[in-house]
Amino acid sequence: MSKPDDEKKYWLDEPKNIDKVFYAVLILCALVAVPDILSLLNILYHKHIEFEFENIFEFYSLYGLVCYVGLVLIAKKLRNVLMRDEDYYD
Amino acid sequence: MIEGLNPGFILIFGALLVPFTNGIIRSILLLTLPVLALAQIYTLGLGTWGQYEFLGLSIELTRIDPLARIFGTVFCLAAFMGMIYALHVKDTVQHFVALIYIGSAIGAVFAGDMVTLFVFWELTAISSVFLIWASRTERAYKAGMRYLIIQVSSGVILLGGIILYYQETGSIAFNYIGLTGLASGLILVAFGIKSAFPFLHNWMQDAYPEATVTGTVILSAFTTKLAIYTLARAFPGTDILIPIGGAMTVFPIFFAVLENDLRRVLAYSLNKQLGYMVIGVGIGTELAINGTAAHAFAHIMYKSLLFMSMGAVLFRTGTIKASELGGLYKSMPITMIFCIIGAVSIAGFPLTGGFVSKAMIQSAAADGGMVVIWLVMLFASAGVMDHSGIKVPFFTFFAHDSGIRVKEAPKNMLFAMGFAAFFCIGIGVFPGLLYELLPYEPTYHPYTAGHVITSLQLLFFATLAFALLMRYKIYPPELRSTNLDFDWFYRVPLKWLALYTGRLILIVWNWILGIANNIVYSVINTTANTHGNGKILARTTASSTAVMIIVAVLGFVVVFFYRFLQQPVPM
Repeated sequence: MSKPDDEKKYWLDEPKNIDKVFYAVLILCALVAVPDILSLLNILYHKHIEFEFENIFEFYSLYGLVCYVGLVLIAKKLRNVLMRDEDYYD
Repeated sequence: MIEGLNPGFILIFGALLVPFTNGIIRSILLLTLPVLALAQIYTLGLGTWGQYEFLGLSIELTRIDPLARIFGTVFCLAAFMGMIYALHVKDTVQHFVALIYIGSAIGAVFAGDMVTLFVFWELTAISSVFLIWASRTERAYKAGMRYLIIQVSSGVILLGGIILYYQETGSIAFNYIGLTGLASGLILVAFGIKSAFPFLHNWMQDAYPEATVTGTVILSAFTTKLAIYTLARAFPGTDILIPIGGAMTVFPIFFAVLENDLRRVLAYSLNKQLGYMVIGVGIGTELAINGTAAHAFAHIMYKSLLFMSMGAVLFRTGTIKASELGGLYKSMPITMIFCIIGAVSIAGFPLTGGFVSKAMIQSAAADGGMVVIWLVMLFASAGVMDHSGIKVPFFTFFAHDSGIRVKEAPKNMLFAMGFAAFFCIGIGVFPGLLYELLPYEPTYHPYTAGHVITSLQLLFFATLAFALLMRYKIYPPELRSTNLDFDWFYRVPLKWLALYTGRLILIVWNWILGIANNIVYSVINTTANTHGNGKILARTTASSTAVMIIVAVLGFVVVFFYRFLQQPVPM
């Protein structure tokens, strides 16, 4: 193992580049959200749907976002109940 | 090759040669055996072989049909991959038991009757535990013991079920069973233990992360997917499996979010993936069974890939705790790329294995109008993005730089990861090749505009959620910890119960023993007091004295009875 200090700087070491990654995610999300916006205007895109609620505007996007945040927040709360020391069983 | 030889035997017999080889010969042997087994599957084609009558039972050693073939095929590929990954290992025991384990898993898949299945079923349990013990740590030893007890119990329950089933039906053929009574219930529980049903699941999260670097990779592929195969064979369309599978897809993901040991995160994630397959079996339509088989295939590839990448990290850095890792993209960039390929595959991005397989089960649920389970699976799809899609690669290779600088993974590991990555992408790009192998006519088309767009929406917005939670520091930090799961019940209260019961039994036993001792002592003492040396009954007496006593007694008896027998007896 060599010391981290004397090696080259990586692109991600720059904090402002991490912001760039964040904005890239935002842009990607905006792009995949476009078809639902277009379908509001009745152009281009028809989902093959199985259930009525799939027609809700940005159903999949919102479901993904809400489920993910819900999952993490509930898990975080569960920590209060479930978390023990690393050597709990030893 | 021998006509009709169960392909599993090729690996089992091959394992017997392992102790007599070393170096390059050993390596060639390890890599050739899975290839030979695969060749055996396809030279035999479909059919049944090796029927014998044994104690009145109809044994069928080899049965190859499309359902068995797809599982057998992916097992052989996983064996080949695992052996490449383990080429640097010099431990004869591990090579030997790994081959026995894989061979018995393949053997079980191609078993035509339940007695043969049972033998292979137990053999997988007994051989695989050595891959856990091979870590040679105290933790691994204990975890292995728990693993072995649970695995062998599964076999014992299976045997009980088979015996009852034989009594009911007079047949041991391994075909559709269906949940009808006690016999089939026992068989379902036995399969359920190895499929890691809720509350029966902890052996996996407990033991897999304690195995060796290579052992975990090999373990992760076979036992659970063998169990899924047996479920798909014996219990398709069993309704109870749908809620069971649903619970399996939901509960493990909360633990996966919290867990710090990344191999344990993957074990939870594996549990969740099994949930999809159990749902597929529960739905039981042709599309759903196709989906289960396809998902098992794709899953073995990306899950092995993830376990291999984490194994490589553990091998190089000596730790696999998220709290201690970070920034490894600088020193292990190729491993990072493979890990990300595994991560996007498990998340189910288009052009990867997960996209073309999981969707079939989802679609089968929709066809059956099962709204709740459909929403549950969609929730789990967003959830898998967290722990396997983001957490595993992010906290290992990015996050804050831990300062750990190591060499890239060994070449054989990289090659094995490349092999798995090739399949992850290959299945995603050319799903037709995988669909060819499915048990039923493939009717599903994954690449519709709607499916691609909705999947991307779900996954990108889940990623956005992660980005937001990280940016605003809401995401729970990785902490050194143990998270209580169902195993707590048998590792703490049950353990105390057993210890106290043992102590109680000891007390009662000592008490009974004390009383018994006292009785014995008093008998001995009384005897010693009467019959002991010099005591009254042990004295020697002169014969004249004896005669006098006898005459006196006789005289007394005569006088006594003469006197009283004269009296009339009152009526």
